Amino acid sequence: MVHLSSEEKSAVTALWGKVNVEEVGGEALGRLLVVYPWTQRFFESFGDLSSAHAVMSNPKVKAHGKKVLAAFSEGLNHLDNLKGTFAKLSELHCDKLHVDPENFRLLGNVLVVVLSHHFGSQIPLRSFSLCQKLWGHHEAP
Amino acid sequence: MSLTKSERTIIMSLWDKVSSQSEAIGTEALERLFLSFPQTKTYFPHFDLHAGSAQLRTHGAKVAAALGDAVKNMDNLDSALSPLRDLLAYKLRIDPVNFRLLSHCLLVTLAVHLPADFTAETHAAWDKFLCQVSAILTEKYR
Repeated sequence: MVHLSSEEKSAVTALWGKVNVEEVGGEALGRLLVVYPWTQRFFESFGDLSSAHAVMSNPKVKAHGKKVLAAFSEGLNHLDNLKGTFAKLSELHCDKLHVDPENFRLLGNVLVVVLSHHFGSQIPLRSFSLCQKLWGHHEAP
Repeated sequence: MSLTKSERTIIMSLWDKVSSQSEAIGTEALERLFLSFPQTKTYFPHFDLHAGSAQLRTHGAKVAAALGDAVKNMDNLDSALSPLRDLLAYKLRIDPVNFRLLSHCLLVTLAVHLPADFTAETHAAWDKFLCQVSAILTEKYR
């Protein structure tokens, strides 16, 4: 269970308010597929993933990235009940999609890198460590 | 998992851009490590780990120097990292999981300092390189 103080929740919410969910989602998913190419195994129907450029400009990657990040957003609205909020998604990824939970950790870390890349030193170190704390807990049980 | 020629070029080119501030990079990566993964502080009970501490800066410089060495010797990482590898295996014995954590913090720090250069390709090359370095450094643990 994630436990953030109300101050920490405000810090993360403030950071998230600046995030362009559509852009960042596509970027994070794209980088996951480029940096850890074995993750492409789940996306064989996505078309051309043959180079970094192809992945990052692939419209299916962008669309799916947007979906994924919308789910993260939802999680931020329900920090006191992450398990409940993600129950259906968790079942889907486990029972239907058969995704190794390790992939959620990889994606969470890529997301932290992407946010760092976008916001740089505008955001205090503390906010990134909170993101790390948060997205380490988005793994399926 | 060996580095391609193009990956090596990418790695060297990025390091070239930060080498003048490499100590600051090393120090910031450590700060991020201790903040995001407080369990890593257990290896430094004898250090003042507050931001800006002299000990943190000295150790950050050491980390940066080791990384710089690795970048300069990508053709021969084994031999370049051998002294540090022995030190880690027989004296320091830092749990291997922590190399992955520090690597992540190094990537975040590089992304923050070089936004224009930290493309997906660069991110991939550096992640692979840091994995390689970590693997070599923990090779003699058992």
